[in-house]
Amino acid sequence: MDELPRTLPTVVIGGYLGAGKTTLINHLLRHAGGRRIAVLVNDFGEVNIDADLIEGAEAGVLSLAGGCLCCSFGDDLIGTLSGLRRRNPAPDVVLIELSGVALPAAVQRSMRLAPGIDVAGTLVLADAADIRRQAGDRYVGDTVRQQLREADWVLVNKTDLLAAPALQDLLPWLAALAPGARVMACAAHALPAELVLGWRTAGPGDVDRADHTDDDDDELAQFVSPALGSFGRPVSPADQVFASHSQRLPAGTDLAALGAALAAPDSGVLRAKALLADGPAGAADIDAAGWLLQVAGGRWQVSPAVVRGAGRLVLIGLRGQFDARRFVLH
Amino acid sequence: MTDTTVFQARKILTMNPARPSATHVAVREGRILGVGSAADLAGWGPHRLDTSFADQVLMPGLVEGHSHLMAGTLWRYTYGGYFDATDPAGRVWPGLKTLDAVVAALSAAAAATVGVSGANADAPVVGWGFDPIYFGERRCHRADLDRVSTTRPVGVMHASGHILNVNTAALNLAGLLRSGIDHPGIPLGDDGLPTGELKGPEAMMAALDHVGLNRSFLSGDAQGIADFARLCVRAGVTTATDMAATLGEAELQTLERITGAPDYPVRIVSLLRLIGMKPADAVDRARALAARSTEQLRLGRIKVVADGSIQGFSARLRWPGYYNGRPNGLWYTAPEAMREAFTLGLKHGVQIHTHTNGDEATELVLDCMAQALAASHCADHRYTLQHCQLADDAQYRRMKALGLCVNLFANHHHYWGDQHFAVTVGPERAERMNACRSALAAGVPLAIHSDAPITPMAPLFTAWCAVHRLTASGRVLGAHQRITVAEALQAITLGAAYTLKLDGEIGSIECGKRADFCVLADDPTAVPPEALKDVRIWGTVQGGRIFAA
Repeated sequence: MDELPRTLPTVVIGGYLGAGKTTLINHLLRHAGGRRIAVLVNDFGEVNIDADLIEGAEAGVLSLAGGCLCCSFGDDLIGTLSGLRRRNPAPDVVLIELSGVALPAAVQRSMRLAPGIDVAGTLVLADAADIRRQAGDRYVGDTVRQQLREADWVLVNKTDLLAAPALQDLLPWLAALAPGARVMACAAHALPAELVLGWRTAGPGDVDRADHTDDDDDELAQFVSPALGSFGRPVSPADQVFASHSQRLPAGTDLAALGAALAAPDSGVLRAKALLADGPAGAADIDAAGWLLQVAGGRWQVSPAVVRGAGRLVLIGLRGQFDARRFVLH
Repeated sequence: MTDTTVFQARKILTMNPARPSATHVAVREGRILGVGSAADLAGWGPHRLDTSFADQVLMPGLVEGHSHLMAGTLWRYTYGGYFDATDPAGRVWPGLKTLDAVVAALSAAAAATVGVSGANADAPVVGWGFDPIYFGERRCHRADLDRVSTTRPVGVMHASGHILNVNTAALNLAGLLRSGIDHPGIPLGDDGLPTGELKGPEAMMAALDHVGLNRSFLSGDAQGIADFARLCVRAGVTTATDMAATLGEAELQTLERITGAPDYPVRIVSLLRLIGMKPADAVDRARALAARSTEQLRLGRIKVVADGSIQGFSARLRWPGYYNGRPNGLWYTAPEAMREAFTLGLKHGVQIHTHTNGDEATELVLDCMAQALAASHCADHRYTLQHCQLADDAQYRRMKALGLCVNLFANHHHYWGDQHFAVTVGPERAERMNACRSALAAGVPLAIHSDAPITPMAPLFTAWCAVHRLTASGRVLGAHQRITVAEALQAITLGAAYTLKLDGEIGSIECGKRADFCVLADDPTAVPPEALKDVRIWGTVQGGRIFAA
């Protein structure tokens, strides 16, 4: 691990009933890429882990393929998270699937009461064909709108159910409802796993493997669905929604300035991570004191970290929406 | 020859309008053979005359339509409430009128649980029923509870069940004794550290384990179930609900064992809470549970929770919302899940009780119910709205049209009506809260309840609340909604039995029903209505068995 003290990165996944939370979770479990994912569900009544992923069940915990697991947190989220952190091996990342009427910010506040939990971000799914009706519903409309407001990322799912012009109207409408969030249109089963799960420390898309461009990011390419549009651009079958980018960071890079630039409303960046050693670049095999920058939508934070090797940045954004040159700072 | 006992009483209030009062009741095999005069019963043949109650008044065993087994469990901890209360053993614990008195009671309990050897030196000190709203503006601070102990965790649960106060040691154990905490349920002091007040389930949950209030607090264990029964006998109750159980296999087996004991004095109606499972699975589970019902343990009903509480600002209110401008509350169950549960429940004959507090939650349940009935017609479902505190007349008329029953929280009106008047909903809507008169006028079957342990189980007190609508400060809040003593007595017997579909078995004293009696020293229909809450209870007869309070 390159980060101390060890914290458990946790992503909150919300959205109203039928938005596709379960589809997304199953997709991420299938593309865990060696990560041990712990899925916490608010309510077993709403989750359907694909049967072929389930290896066993014991004491309320479902064992899933690849060392992943799923359990319900009932009314004790803090205790459940603390228990996960004590597990051996501990999960690499935790996904919290909220019930359809739960509010993400309230859950985040509770998560922060548990020691060692890093709230990596909140993704709220929206059913492209139904979100307008839901947001205007006399009973749950305010709940649905608040869920969107509290998101770092809004994923517009089931875009195939909506004609292209309607989708083009929907995206700015959602962006206005969720001014703090990045809005993206993509089938939940096609989302790049890194966006939610973060970057691993080895393998393709690895934060350690800087200096490659998005053109050689073969892992990303397989997720890009050709039939999807992206915010602000005309929908065309040829469009690809996402692009990733990574680069080295010079010693002395101002991570706070970089974070603010990456998190700026028009940056086009969805998620980013940077590591930088204090002082001159450290050797690739020597631990050095340094800093970790994490960006999720419009939020960013810098925290102490142990860093090996040169400073580097990796990010995923909306294809054509971000200009990597803006982030090369000195 | 069958063994028949005839109980002679000063007066028997039957709640059967065909013969409203009598002096003798004949009991055989735990059921009522007949009620009337001695002469009326002579035709049933030889019997044993029991004159134990010759100077007492019998009425049907009271039915508590909304309570929790936790009411029995909590008495293991120190009572810290403002009003006098009686424990399962019959000891009266005086209300604690100052914060100092609460601290003193906890200190005494702390001292009592540490032996000379120093055993239990780390054990939590726990209190419940705390209601500092009566102590003025001053909030309880962890320093107050540090006076109980600086080394042992100390926790005091509020009467509402929504707030927990802890001391510094408990905060420390919970990992909350640090700066930088940003949570609306955890107020901070001038030093940037939590004051020790933990508001709402998420904030409380971090500390509940450390003050020993977690699992046993949520559900009854063997001793809790037994203690609960003692509370029932003392209140004249012979049938009581456990309104939101998880009914896991181990919990269920404990319930079966304890309620199956030959001297268990109460019929427990345990409802399965719809949480952590799909509506279809809950309905299936309820049907499987129904098959395990016994005479003393009735299973197979479901409880759904639509919203939160009004005083916790988590209830869903219609326009114009909360009187003090707080944002609207939370949905605890999604409308789609409620509609599906109702639809499947109606189809399979599974009864569902739904918690609503705010009037928007009630409106949603009415809409879901209308849709469910359109999909699954059912002639006599008796689906019941529980609490339903803020419903208006139009909603009662819809309840009538949809065949719904209501179980109103009359006690709440007494204990917290002043807060609703001043803070949560304002004077006009506070006057229509727990609208018993509106329910009866609309023809909606009515029960009233205590929600024990939130307020003490005592149906005659609950009846008094509905008759007078007096708040703790002495205000008559909503005079128009008062009901008569007769109507209130109906609500705590046949009314509550009807909401449980048990009115054919219990709720009145007539031939064929269970021999369940509430044994009283005073006649509740003869005392001044102001004294209804003070009617002395001797105990109960349940299934023909005698239980002294």
